[in-house]
Amino acid sequence: MTNDRGVVWLDTPAFPEAARTALADTQLRANLKRATSTIRDKRLTVAAELDDWEQLRESAAAIKQHTARHLDRYLVQLEEAVTAAGGTVHWAADAAEANRIVTELVQATGESEVVKVKSMATQEIGLNEHLAEHGITAYETDLAELIVQLGDDRPSHILVPAIHKNRTEIRDLFRAEMGHWGQPAPEDLTDEPRELAEAARRHLRQKFLTAKVAVSGANFACADTGTVLVVESEGNGRMCLTLPETLITVMGIEKVLPTWSDLEVFLQLLPRSSTGERMNPYTSAWTGVTEGDGPSAFHLVLLDNGRTDTLADPVGRQTLGCIRCSACLNVCPVFERTGGHAYGSVYPGPIGAVLTPQLVGVEQAASLPFASTLCGACYDACPVKINIPEVLAHLRAKVVEAKDGHTVEGLAMKAAGKVLDSPRLLGAAQKAAALGGRALARDGKIGRLPGPLHGWTDTRDTPAPPAESFRTWWRKNREGGSS
Amino acid sequence: MRIALFITCFNDTMFPGTGRAVVEVLERLGHTVDFPQEQTCCGQMHFNTGYRPDAVPLVARFARTFADYDAIVTPSASCAGMVKENHPVLAAEYAPAALQRQVGELVPRVHEFTEFLTDVLGVTDVGARFPHTVAYHPTCHSLRGLRLGERPYQLLRAVKDLELVEVPAADSCCGFGGTFAVKNADTSSAMLADKTAGVLATGAEVLCAADNSCLMHIGGGLSRQGSAVRTMHLAEILAATEGGAQ
Ligand code: SF4
Repeated sequence: MTNDRGVVWLDTPAFPEAARTALADTQLRANLKRATSTIRDKRLTVAAELDDWEQLRESAAAIKQHTARHLDRYLVQLEEAVTAAGGTVHWAADAAEANRIVTELVQATGESEVVKVKSMATQEIGLNEHLAEHGITAYETDLAELIVQLGDDRPSHILVPAIHKNRTEIRDLFRAEMGHWGQPAPEDLTDEPRELAEAARRHLRQKFLTAKVAVSGANFACADTGTVLVVESEGNGRMCLTLPETLITVMGIEKVLPTWSDLEVFLQLLPRSSTGERMNPYTSAWTGVTEGDGPSAFHLVLLDNGRTDTLADPVGRQTLGCIRCSACLNVCPVFERTGGHAYGSVYPGPIGAVLTPQLVGVEQAASLPFASTLCGACYDACPVKINIPEVLAHLRAKVVEAKDGHTVEGLAMKAAGKVLDSPRLLGAAQKAAALGGRALARDGKIGRLPGPLHGWTDTRDTPAPPAESFRTWWRKNREGGSS
Repeated sequence: MRIALFITCFNDTMFPGTGRAVVEVLERLGHTVDFPQEQTCCGQMHFNTGYRPDAVPLVARFARTFADYDAIVTPSASCAGMVKENHPVLAAEYAPAALQRQVGELVPRVHEFTEFLTDVLGVTDVGARFPHTVAYHPTCHSLRGLRLGERPYQLLRAVKDLELVEVPAADSCCGFGGTFAVKNADTSSAMLADKTAGVLATGAEVLCAADNSCLMHIGGGLSRQGSAVRTMHLAEILAATEGGAQ
């Protein structure tokens, strides 16, 4: 369930096998297609409204690069500012340490229930499970997270964790499960979005009003002021951030920004890229604690968990610029077919394919860098201009290196390299391919084949290689007649 | 101008007709094309599958073979992209300074075929006639890699008697992705199914593109479904003339 650094979910099968399950689920594929194409179109429309969209992307990339270069400095500055504002900062090297810190903080309050704002960092470290082992129940308050929690499921999308479920499935889940967690759903609940939202609201209200401790993630933190921000759509996060007495925020160290004014760039890019809205409905910002207003204790847990290792890689480090907008997921043709679970991580889609292997080590997620056609749609969509295809290709080389080349594929690649580095050997190989291919072919086509190529030949015919390669034709028809 | 054709190993072996078409079009436009025999492969398969060091000799061979030409033209957007984007990366990572310099000097002279016609030669009408309904598939490398944009459409619109139709969701990947189609065959097939459905919906007789690899993938899917839609490289359409082979 967790690796030695405590990152969860790597027990799922390698991507190609995990994808097969999703591909067979026609309901899932229909749900995904509908959801991603709607949000894709919305994003394009609102991005096109800004004539400085490309400059905004450039700025965002530049700010993130600058921050990464001086991350040590900005994190210390953030710690000082948070402390000065009455908060407490904790440093966690890995998931285990972060979980221990949060659990102890909750235990110190004497409480056994916490409400949670949607947070990827806490999913990454498996905080809910860890708290449960210590007798503490964590209640997810984001609607989609609630759906996932009630279903004992896993999120499949960064922004819409329940994207794989449709309304009817959600209605059934609410009716069956809500009662076990608190206020039950009404008997006559329909699958109208308004009714579903209302049922969730009533179910959650009880928790908001009684919880003394909240756990959140953070979208951004400003080093100069010590301000932490959460952006959301539903307002449930705002309830968690303001009503409880103690607020514990777990934040990946890459989320820090140098200054408050840097937000100008990101708060334009994020909602447009993620939900296709000009502005997200709720932006909550807090700086330490304020007497008589909001939580009286604030703890910020700064999570490394593989991030400084990622930072050390000159190509890979751009991944840390990710603002988890999920634009890359929504444009990814692979994600659209497989859904998020196939990626075996809380970070699915293109960003997951590059981030997860870096956080956990490529050996532990070796199939992910190959879960892409390198079509480049993600790079075009990314508001921070993370060159995901570049990182994918880079990580593929690391996977190959980790396997030390002693695989069937490695030997084949070596052999192909030899042939391709010699026009003479290539010519001979072409002749052999033409002969072999034509022997296999019927009506000029090669059909189904057994063995390692069956994946290709199961759904596609292949033309038989022609008898005469181009270079042979050239020699016969043009040799000497040029330049 | 000394023009060299870089046919690519894949076209050389599987689609020699594309190379012949490129030669035909360029000669029709009054140019002489050379085919340096020492050429082989751009190393894309090795690079994209993670075998970077094995691609380095191919980078060196490419730089050596084409060093003396003013223009290197290739009928493959993905191979052009490989040379332009990744040869410098590989050279910087593994090669001595001399080769790095050679690669750096060569890269601006490498052109994908349609881009060479429109941007370097400044032609969009190559005097072709092709009386068929044609759909163009913008492959990922021509669309987002090389940003060919309108160029292929301009060339196709200038072809006499050609009716151009648009594939729905044209810009979505066909699912080929080189070794992706083998490593992730199921996902690739699912993407292919959507693409072939889109092509069939257009009613086109011919599907063309600037990459034979993607065309082989889509064409293979169409053929398995028993469809009569033909796949042709864009160059073959541009090479077709009045009274010529159709
Ligand atoms: S990689 Fe870019 S597009 Fe994808 S979630 Fe992160 S910021 Fe958004």
